[in-house]
Amino acid sequence: MTGLRIHGLRSALAGPFELEVNAGECAAVTGPSGSGKSLFLRMIADLDPNEGEVALGDVARGSVPAPDWRRRAVYVAAEPGWWDPRVEAHFRRQDAEAAVALAETLGLTEAHLSGEVSRLSTGERQRLALVRALVRGPEALLLDEPTGALDRASVVRAAAFLAQRKRDGLIVVLVTHDEDLAAQLGDVRRRMQDRRFAV
Amino acid sequence: MNPILLTAPDLLTAASLIVLDGALSIALHLDLHWRLAVATARMVVQLLLVGFVLRLVFARADPALTLLVVLVMTAIAAREVAARPAWRFARGGNLIVGGAAVASATALTSILALTTAIRPTPWYDPHYAVPLTGIILGNVLNGASIALDGILGGVAQQRAAIEARLALGDPFRLATRALRADSLRRAMLPAINQMSAAGIITLPGIMTGQIIAGMDPLEAAKYQILLMFLLTGASALAAVVTVVVAGRRLTDGRERLRLDRLRERRRT
Repeated sequence: MTGLRIHGLRSALAGPFELEVNAGECAAVTGPSGSGKSLFLRMIADLDPNEGEVALGDVARGSVPAPDWRRRAVYVAAEPGWWDPRVEAHFRRQDAEAAVALAETLGLTEAHLSGEVSRLSTGERQRLALVRALVRGPEALLLDEPTGALDRASVVRAAAFLAQRKRDGLIVVLVTHDEDLAAQLGDVRRRMQDRRFAV
Repeated sequence: MNPILLTAPDLLTAASLIVLDGALSIALHLDLHWRLAVATARMVVQLLLVGFVLRLVFARADPALTLLVVLVMTAIAAREVAARPAWRFARGGNLIVGGAAVASATALTSILALTTAIRPTPWYDPHYAVPLTGIILGNVLNGASIALDGILGGVAQQRAAIEARLALGDPFRLATRALRADSLRRAMLPAINQMSAAGIITLPGIMTGQIIAGMDPLEAAKYQILLMFLLTGASALAAVVTVVVAGRRLTDGRERLRLDRLRERRRT
């Protein structure tokens, strides 16, 4: 049985959450700002202290070291961080070719990948963060407002891109303000309210 | 040759310089004379007090008393390391980090010097142990506090970058490697600069003191060289311990970045 299973996920700040997402499907979570959507994704990725069971296929989160788990379920922040002034320093050498191919499908060029982070727009950074996550080959992608800084044309392109990745078997947990995007990609829909799912 | 001993009138003559400073402050409206007076009084009282305490400790030559004095000095230095950074760990964590760094670096370096290079009999003779520990503590304090300030300030500032690496599956060690290296580098630079400048830009205090006290300048230089090795070694060691211990408190068993354990000091 593949897929993402979340059972009794809670912390002092949010939850408990129950959610199941099959391979190749997307769970779209919408809700007002500050309702706990980011917290939810960070808990799945085990970036904040939390309790509960999370599993990808038959791999339980607690049974593997944390970095190992985070490589399987990669969290992409709404405002992604960069640890080097050069864009290319954020990619492993063996991923460089795959990164160019992915970047191009998202409307970016090789020049974006060889430039400096400080020269990129917020939207370009958001798309590069998506590329940076995908070249690591995760089973699940935890996306926090991935289209928040994108114009309409780029949102359409990103949605098509994510739909294609879903067909390849990727699990997506999407947190967004964009109801259209949630309707388009979400096979499972949840609404976040006061740090738990509204029934 | 015996050192020339100072008398009270000698000190009073020199103190006239301070009086002059005070007059200058009043005449030019610097508003420093009150602070100058307090600082002068503190300095005189503190140094005389230390003189009396050390005289007592030396006369007793009791290892337990020597150890007590060294421990009190170490505790004060650890507190200073903990208090300087703008960020601090919740529940006295800074004091634990500062204490671990200051105590381990000072103990290791002092005992090394006393049992191999200086070798008084007994090796814990307070004439040597107390002043040596004191000067090492001063440098260790600097190294540890710069390292702690660097790592705590840096981790708060670089949170997004560090968490981006963690989220991609990099281990905590790798995600914070640049930050730790940077903190260590900053902590070690003062000791390195101090060695480069020694003798040219400044005549180090210990060497000056020993020459005035009648020691042959070359012998005094050798003492100073030994001290420089000890001080540089000790401050690097303190910085390393600080970075390791503080780094461990910034993460947990699941390699998260635990900024929830940090508090920012209120700036006044």
